[in-house]
Amino acid sequence: MTRAALVAEYRKLVTTRLWWILLAVMAAYMALMAAGLGWSLSQGDVSTGTGDELVLTPDDVVRSVYTVAVSLGYVFPLLVGALAFSAEFRHKTITPTLLAEPSRTRVLLAKLGANGAVGLLFGAVGTLAAVVAGGGVLAAIGEETFLGSAATWRSIGLSVLALALWALLGTALGSVMTNQVAVIVVVLAFTQFVEPIARVVLSMTSWGSRVAAFLPGAAGEAVSGGSLYSATGMTSLLSWWQGLLVLLVYVVVLSAIGRVTTLRRDIT
Amino acid sequence: MSQAPPPTPGPSTAGPPAQHTDGVVRVEHLTKTFGSGPGAVHAVHDLSFEVRPGRVTGFLGPNGAGKTTTLRMLLGLVAPTSGTATIGGRRYDQIERPAHVVGAALEAASFHPGRTARDHLRVYAPQVGVPDSRADEVLALVGLAEVAKRRVGGFSLGMRQRLALATTLLGDPPVLLLDEPANGLDPEGIAWLRGLLRALAREGRTVLVSSHVLSEVEQTVDDVVIIARGQLVHASSLPDLARLARPRVSVVSPDAAALDALVAAHGWTVGASGRDGDAASYELLDVSAAQVGAAAFGGRVELHRLAGQDVGLEDLFLQLTAAPAQQTSAEAPAPGPGPAPVPSSTAPQTDAPAGGER
Repeated sequence: MTRAALVAEYRKLVTTRLWWILLAVMAAYMALMAAGLGWSLSQGDVSTGTGDELVLTPDDVVRSVYTVAVSLGYVFPLLVGALAFSAEFRHKTITPTLLAEPSRTRVLLAKLGANGAVGLLFGAVGTLAAVVAGGGVLAAIGEETFLGSAATWRSIGLSVLALALWALLGTALGSVMTNQVAVIVVVLAFTQFVEPIARVVLSMTSWGSRVAAFLPGAAGEAVSGGSLYSATGMTSLLSWWQGLLVLLVYVVVLSAIGRVTTLRRDIT
Repeated sequence: MSQAPPPTPGPSTAGPPAQHTDGVVRVEHLTKTFGSGPGAVHAVHDLSFEVRPGRVTGFLGPNGAGKTTTLRMLLGLVAPTSGTATIGGRRYDQIERPAHVVGAALEAASFHPGRTARDHLRVYAPQVGVPDSRADEVLALVGLAEVAKRRVGGFSLGMRQRLALATTLLGDPPVLLLDEPANGLDPEGIAWLRGLLRALAREGRTVLVSSHVLSEVEQTVDDVVIIARGQLVHASSLPDLARLARPRVSVVSPDAAALDALVAAHGWTVGASGRDGDAASYELLDVSAAQVGAAAFGGRVELHRLAGQDVGLEDLFLQLTAAPAQQTSAEAPAPGPGPAPVPSSTAPQTDAPAGGER
């Protein structure tokens, strides 16, 4: 029964066009960013907003390039997940969904499972696009790609994991906010403005910097082991497993809220 | 009639008591109030009825009567304020594989427009527990085989209705609950639906079809459950309902004494009577204009008006579901084997707005 619910949720995702459009845009965007980043970071004259001269090891450079999807592309798996519930409410398919599976907890878990799996796909494709494009540029301009190093591949693997977690976080958020327009606005506003600004502002104080590390975007970067923001010295990050735990806490808390609010309501 | 026992028994009161509860849809003292305080909407109030297998039952009432809310409570989508709604003796969420027991179509718009008809069915097939090939079977059954690979966004309302029906049939369930399935169907589609529902009932399934127009389902249903303002007003077989539709004749004579004598002599039931000087007017029940005309001719009574009014089922339906104030002025329905309408005094004074039903 649970497996059937998972298959059903997975089919819901892949039988519409949204997922592959977002996936294609993500792949193209990440390839572009990785290529541009690989080239510019290798020029060695990057400066932060504060004007401090950066001293980056080549190792840091490639890690930032290969995991750029975690820094800049997490909005894609987040959005796919966030729309899982709102699409059901918008098109009223929540009715047949709950008729097929009256246990609302099971529906929620199946959605998390299926979106987590699709999140892995987004993570793999987004990261791969960054590795291929970024690695290609680095190789072309004669820089070390570090693709022979185990640490690099560990970062790449954790990047995939972090992006999958973002899809889970999106699904959990969607269980709380079922209005499609509202959830899209919140996702874009938070990821593009609120968190980046908050991280910059909070990093000005030491306690703020510690708080900023618990923001979801920072936690996601921590999972992949340091990337763009931290490489440029803006904020400190948690360790990878702490980042993982923080993201999971967001998922669990939001899912629990969704379960006792949205999924407790009458479906009329 | 209003002294009759409360309207608990379902449409087929004449049938044997349920030997097995399989396929019996039972609603008992079901109440649903949306919101609270002065703005609360009493969508359904102390509603009880029963639907038997092997018959098509029409679940009728004007818009906002609480039909959809009742169906949603039967399906576990809306939590009742009090009372129970069971299918085969169990609450929907207690049924092991619900899609194998109950097929329900609640609105014709429950589709993702970007999904094809086939994919829509394939989404639910795993949980229903049927192979994907079943999707093609039910599409053929509802006449959508040729558009199986087209996106639902381009479907007409009639095609959506057919797809909704196909979804309910995926699990080949013994109980079907269909909310306004004829909406948007063309006459040919309605005829087709009628045939399909009759065939499904003949196979021994329980078929409950809601509608706000009696005439739409008149030729399809065996039993009727009529609600208004969230309360039961009538439940019986269709023939029993038809018996409530009494013919009436309006007659006026300038010779009041002669007409009085004629009415008395034939023992006609008087619905209403009036007097204007020497003239008399009568509303006679259970008699045809031809009978009254023949009697007047034979008795040499001069008539200035003789008009037969056939109360159609639709008129009767309107009468039954009319607001309480109007109902008291209409004469009480004839005694019949069907359960009594709920006394209008218990009806809530507020009409359930349409929002209570959607």
